[in-house]
Amino acid sequence: MEINFIIKAVLYLVLAPLLGGLLSGTDRLFAARMQGRQGPPIIQPFYDVNKLLHKQTTVVNSIQVLFVTGYLIMTVFTGCLFFGGGDMLLVFFALSMSEVLMVMAAFSTNGPYSIMGAQRELLQMMCYEPMTLLVAIGFYYAQGSFMVSDLVKAETPAIIQLPGFFIGFVFILIIKLRKSPFDLSTSHHMHQEMVKGLTTDLSGNNLAFVEIAEWYDTILMMGIVGMFFITANPISRIWALIAVIVVFFIETLIDNIFPRVKYITMLKVTWAVILVFAGTNLLILNVLK
Amino acid sequence: MAALIFILKEASPLRSAVIMLGGFTIMASAIYVAVNVLISGDPSQFVYLEHTHISDTIAVCGEVFLMLLVCFLSIKYKKYYAIIFSLAGTIPVLWMDLTGRAVEGNAHVRIDTFAAVMYLIVGVVGILICIYASGYMKDYHHHHTDVQDRSNYFIALMFVFLGAMFGLISSDSLSWIYFFWEITSVCSFLMIGYTRTQEAVNNSFRALWMNLLGGCGFAAGLMICNLGLGISNLSQVTEGGNELVIVPVTLFAFAALTKSAQFPFSRWLLGAMVAPTPSSALLHSATMVKIGVYMLIRLSPIMYGTLTGVMITVIGGFTFFTASLLAITVSDGKKVLAYSTISNLGLITACAGTGTPEGVWAAVMLVLFHAVSKSLLFQTVGDIENCMHSRDIEDMHGLIIKLPRLAFIMIIGICGMFLAPFGMLVSKWAALKSFVDSGSVWLVLFLVFGSGSTLFYWAKWLGKICTVIHQSFELEDITPRSEMVSIFPLTSLIIIMCFAFPWMSGNMIQPILDEAFHTNIPDVIGGSDVIIMMIMVAMVFMIPIGSRFLSIGKKSKMTMSYVAGVNAGDDRHYIDSFGKERALYMSNWYMRDFFGEDKLLSPCVWVAAVLVAVMLIVVVGGAI
Repeated sequence: MEINFIIKAVLYLVLAPLLGGLLSGTDRLFAARMQGRQGPPIIQPFYDVNKLLHKQTTVVNSIQVLFVTGYLIMTVFTGCLFFGGGDMLLVFFALSMSEVLMVMAAFSTNGPYSIMGAQRELLQMMCYEPMTLLVAIGFYYAQGSFMVSDLVKAETPAIIQLPGFFIGFVFILIIKLRKSPFDLSTSHHMHQEMVKGLTTDLSGNNLAFVEIAEWYDTILMMGIVGMFFITANPISRIWALIAVIVVFFIETLIDNIFPRVKYITMLKVTWAVILVFAGTNLLILNVLK
Repeated sequence: MAALIFILKEASPLRSAVIMLGGFTIMASAIYVAVNVLISGDPSQFVYLEHTHISDTIAVCGEVFLMLLVCFLSIKYKKYYAIIFSLAGTIPVLWMDLTGRAVEGNAHVRIDTFAAVMYLIVGVVGILICIYASGYMKDYHHHHTDVQDRSNYFIALMFVFLGAMFGLISSDSLSWIYFFWEITSVCSFLMIGYTRTQEAVNNSFRALWMNLLGGCGFAAGLMICNLGLGISNLSQVTEGGNELVIVPVTLFAFAALTKSAQFPFSRWLLGAMVAPTPSSALLHSATMVKIGVYMLIRLSPIMYGTLTGVMITVIGGFTFFTASLLAITVSDGKKVLAYSTISNLGLITACAGTGTPEGVWAAVMLVLFHAVSKSLLFQTVGDIENCMHSRDIEDMHGLIIKLPRLAFIMIIGICGMFLAPFGMLVSKWAALKSFVDSGSVWLVLFLVFGSGSTLFYWAKWLGKICTVIHQSFELEDITPRSEMVSIFPLTSLIIIMCFAFPWMSGNMIQPILDEAFHTNIPDVIGGSDVIIMMIMVAMVFMIPIGSRFLSIGKKSKMTMSYVAGVNAGDDRHYIDSFGKERALYMSNWYMRDFFGEDKLLSPCVWVAAVLVAVMLIVVVGGAI
């Protein structure tokens, strides 16, 4: 089991940035085509990060570097834990740890835009944190284990028992993948009211680290989407892959349709969605159990 | 315990030394007893004291004395309602004791693993607080010259208080527990009212009547046990057997709710924050409120699957969630800590209410971690207040530059409260598991939403501390050495407990579960998870070192943060398009418009009051 764990973790370590970068490129291509533009080549994100890595880094203070590095390391660790087959709850706890490190990086700069972004990022975390924990609990209800390695050996796909959880999770993915209408803290679009929010005071190397960490994060999130479909049957993996592609496409679509909302709207809407879909689902599961 | 009489009449210069000596003696003996209990194979020891006549008399006299004291002070400050509660709680019990209707012939003292764990908390954390207080009170009177210096009296009270805590933990006889219970209520009342200002007096009476109300509940439970059921001991209550036993259990649980400041009784703990020093506040937050949850954890097995258990869990979960929302909206450091205490106690209460082994496991773990982290946080806030003359979180902006040592300690304390590899989170994890296993869906929802808001208020505080401001200078750190004597051990305890928690789980918590449920219980958190947790803990401490290596050989250009104008050089001013220098300040978010204290507090109190009333009426009324 130990060896297995390590092999999977290393595979994730190597493949995730490649896939994540490609996904990010696809996202941009999708978006461009939706807007009737040609769009950049699919490997544009790699060019971008490469350029960032070769630029001189300007930093505001030395603590910032520490936090950004910590963010990257913790995100990678979280992903390894998930794809290696670790405990779902632990995965989400580690994830929030890594996010907090990123927020601290922004806080430490004392720049108004960074701090504004940091506050908003914290609020975003407050919005999606309940759902991520609920996903772990939902899987536990459905299959009786928190361990990812047990969950992939399920008899039936989890989606049958957890449709509400799935909807809730796809909903908070909008926040997690920084898509409009919930891209409050920092956005992939240039039309943003507060420069670059969370990452305003990051540059060069540090910004590249953040980008790479986001690739890892995207892959992790897509992995969790896939988890809803995976069973012991190998064919289920194809279904999972299709689901991931569909969800990713939907996220890009939402990004292009909706304008950004105010933070309090985000809080109300996400908590309501979580409560209505995941909460009801949980109640029903509990009654049926 | 005898040592406290010692300290009562000490003069000022000698005082600190005596407190240190006395304190460490008590601590050493507490640790000695606890370790002995933990090591010995058969930990549950019941002691029947033959000659209890004298101590019983002392207890009776003590109760009368407390009652008279409360009456006297109530008349002095014209708060007559406190007298009613005091009389209602004490006289029936006195009547029962004096007329010989109390059940005799059972063990008075019980020392088991749980008691040993509580000894450790009270002995180590409580005593460190007292040592801290000795230094703090000097500074306090330095700053607040208008307050009459009665610090001897104050510190003496603290030791009496700790003595009562020890007594309560060791007692098994319900009437003894009741006696100690009342001592802690009255002591806390006296400590809150220390400054004798109008606000302090009001708050102290609020604390008094709420706790005395709980005391009345306890007394009623005690009477029913003795007169109706022929039970005189806590251990007999938890053994169950009799269906009617649920009535006193409910009454005790009610008393515990008041003591651990759950909604609707939270306001006394918030009021306690106006008390003169953090020492009183943190005694309340870190140790005293633990008595309430101690009782609940003791009663936990018998509450399994009963209406009382369900109601207690719901009240706890509700408190956890709403108190964490309220904590977002306040900026006074001590108040945030107070709300977070209420919130965490809610979680512990909820865990105990489930009555499952996992619930108790989580509850005990939470008690341990919370005591250490919270007392550390209170102490640092107190020190920061002494250095900067403010304990507002907004004023802690850039603390890492201004007071690096205290800031670093505070970061560890805050991380200990909510971040991944640290203890609180591990316990939260177990709590989640126990809620899911016991099928309490509403609690799961309370817990997940509560964790979201908990994360928000801690992280924004952490952010304020971590902000680096250019051209800002280190302030003079005037923390006296005696306070550091207390702060450093606590800081190291948090870090040690991170690594030691599997050991603690095996050697301290497991025996408690065995005692409480009389069965062997498998490990709550599995082996591979523990390893991963350890890796994570190691990583957290590795990251600073690692990034140091990464930055070697790289030339990074230093710059000022971006302010969309010319940064005037200190990050706090910028030059606008008219060439004027303008001030710039980023405040944290408090969202008072959405869940401010004035909006949320009273509805919460009412909802919880209805819940408590329903519980009492249905359970007690149903039995009659």
